[in-house]
Amino acid sequence: MPAKATRDAFGEALAKMGEKFPDVVALDADLAKSTKSEIFAKKFPNRFFEMGIAEANMIGTGAGLGLSGKIPFACSFACFITSRFDQIRISVAYSNANLKLVGSHGGIAIGEDGYSQQGLEDIALMRSIPGMTVIQPADDLETEGAVEFLCTHRGPAYLRTTRQKVERVNADAYRFQFGKAVELKAGRNDAVIFATGGEVHPALKAAGLLEKDGLHVGVINVHTIKPLDVATILRAAREAKAVVTAEDHQIIGGLGSAVAEALGEAGVGRRLLRIGVRDAFGESGSPEELLAKHKMDAPGIAEQVRALFR
Amino acid sequence: MALAQTTSAPSELWRLKEIAARLRIDIIEMLARAGSGHPGGSLSATDIVTCLFFSRMRHDPRRVDWPDRDRFILSKGHAVPVLYAAMAEAGYFPRQELMTLRKLNSRLQGHPVSTALPGIEACTGALGQGLSVAQGIALASKLDGGKFHVYCMIGDGESQEGQIWEAAMSAPKYKLDTLTVILDNNNGQIDGHVNEVMPIDPVAAKWRAFNWNVLEIDGHDLQQILSALDEARATQGRPTLIWAHTVKGKGVSFMENQIAWHGMAPNAEQAEKALAELRAQYAKIQEDR
Repeated sequence: MPAKATRDAFGEALAKMGEKFPDVVALDADLAKSTKSEIFAKKFPNRFFEMGIAEANMIGTGAGLGLSGKIPFACSFACFITSRFDQIRISVAYSNANLKLVGSHGGIAIGEDGYSQQGLEDIALMRSIPGMTVIQPADDLETEGAVEFLCTHRGPAYLRTTRQKVERVNADAYRFQFGKAVELKAGRNDAVIFATGGEVHPALKAAGLLEKDGLHVGVINVHTIKPLDVATILRAAREAKAVVTAEDHQIIGGLGSAVAEALGEAGVGRRLLRIGVRDAFGESGSPEELLAKHKMDAPGIAEQVRALFR
Repeated sequence: MALAQTTSAPSELWRLKEIAARLRIDIIEMLARAGSGHPGGSLSATDIVTCLFFSRMRHDPRRVDWPDRDRFILSKGHAVPVLYAAMAEAGYFPRQELMTLRKLNSRLQGHPVSTALPGIEACTGALGQGLSVAQGIALASKLDGGKFHVYCMIGDGESQEGQIWEAAMSAPKYKLDTLTVILDNNNGQIDGHVNEVMPIDPVAAKWRAFNWNVLEIDGHDLQQILSALDEARATQGRPTLIWAHTVKGKGVSFMENQIAWHGMAPNAEQAEKALAELRAQYAKIQEDR
């Protein structure tokens, strides 16, 4: 299966769900070609609303549609949509509007456009809002499953997709289960990596590299960041000597923070390594160069984990 | 500008006048009990809210989830006392609940909360947002054949928010004749007079430039309000803005046009004085009709 960007998988899935769910509508803020909501727009022009470069208004309009029985998906880049925080906080979440916010271009792996277009704080923002569901799928199959789930889920949710192509990490028969972290590689005597989104495949590859060094490292895909699958995370952490998180996001406020909170509250004392952007701005560069610079590619993850055991 | 000549029977106008007077009494009573809140913008909006809730909106307090009900979104959410007063008067909840305004565990939160109180359509209070939400609801109505109408009240101070103008741009694009916006132009905001804090003039020219149908009225003249609402509802192919000139604190002599009463509740003595005036107005209406 060729690698595919989860934004492409999202656009295709939304168009597919448009047939199954007549109430599904979509909005975009002049990025339909990039978020891939365009695929839905072409198929259902009367159920697509191009709102122009005005994200706050798009989010409020989406909330109104959601309050009126529609199943709206409002799309933009992760950074632009979540930075309309007050609109999401009041018009969407507080009103419990059935609006699905879709942020594409999550992370530094979008590459050359640089920091202003890189969603790096979006998960932290969305995670802090009461009642907000946060999902970041790791491959195309998971994305389709997540989109289908969101069509039946009621209430506010945030779905984060990647610009870059990602390798498939799930088996063909994979079925998305909301709120359940997925073990992709067992054998976590030494460490367990909780990874999400575009970092899941590099984490798996890193675990393979570490195996050659005699380190047994498990990998668990945390596609649902909120609500967090605390039971699975605590169980896996207790079986490992060290806990690692990997995400294309700031290490503050995202999956790394969520895992740290869960471990701390349960009194599970493990060395914790949070892999991601370390309280820094992004920059221009190729995706590969940026992931290497931040030690977020497979060799970088392996290097950071190895250092824990030195 | 000429309004459509829809005239309401004198008895209808007296009925609404009486309700508006009652709502003003409720507003002062609940704010005095709460000890905080916003009288100025509640009193300026009272006549408009009265015409909506008790004459022109199709709604049913016993069926808050009726899909085809008309919607009212109070984007200037701090004026929620007038909305609560109207809802209690209409029978959405028992009148005595008004006295729980702003108290712990009350459904009557300091700003409107749809998840707390059935009949409130959306959470508002962060200014600038309600118009976009109203637009989304009006869009849903349009998608389903225009079975209901959406009314949204915004403030003149609130019009300083950029999001208002984002929505002003998009509603005509979607030809939202299912949407009517009422601008409660009471000239005051926390830091002073609107046109000193940040001028929004020329109001009508701006909205017309955004392709809205603009009607200008005296927001305390019930006949003008009703006619404008009727013309807005009959207008096809674009949304309507009713620019309503109002008096902040209308009905209470010492609150009228006084910025200080934007967000200050009357103390016991002030409330007594205000209520004496409002009760006298109410009695006179009953006498005159």
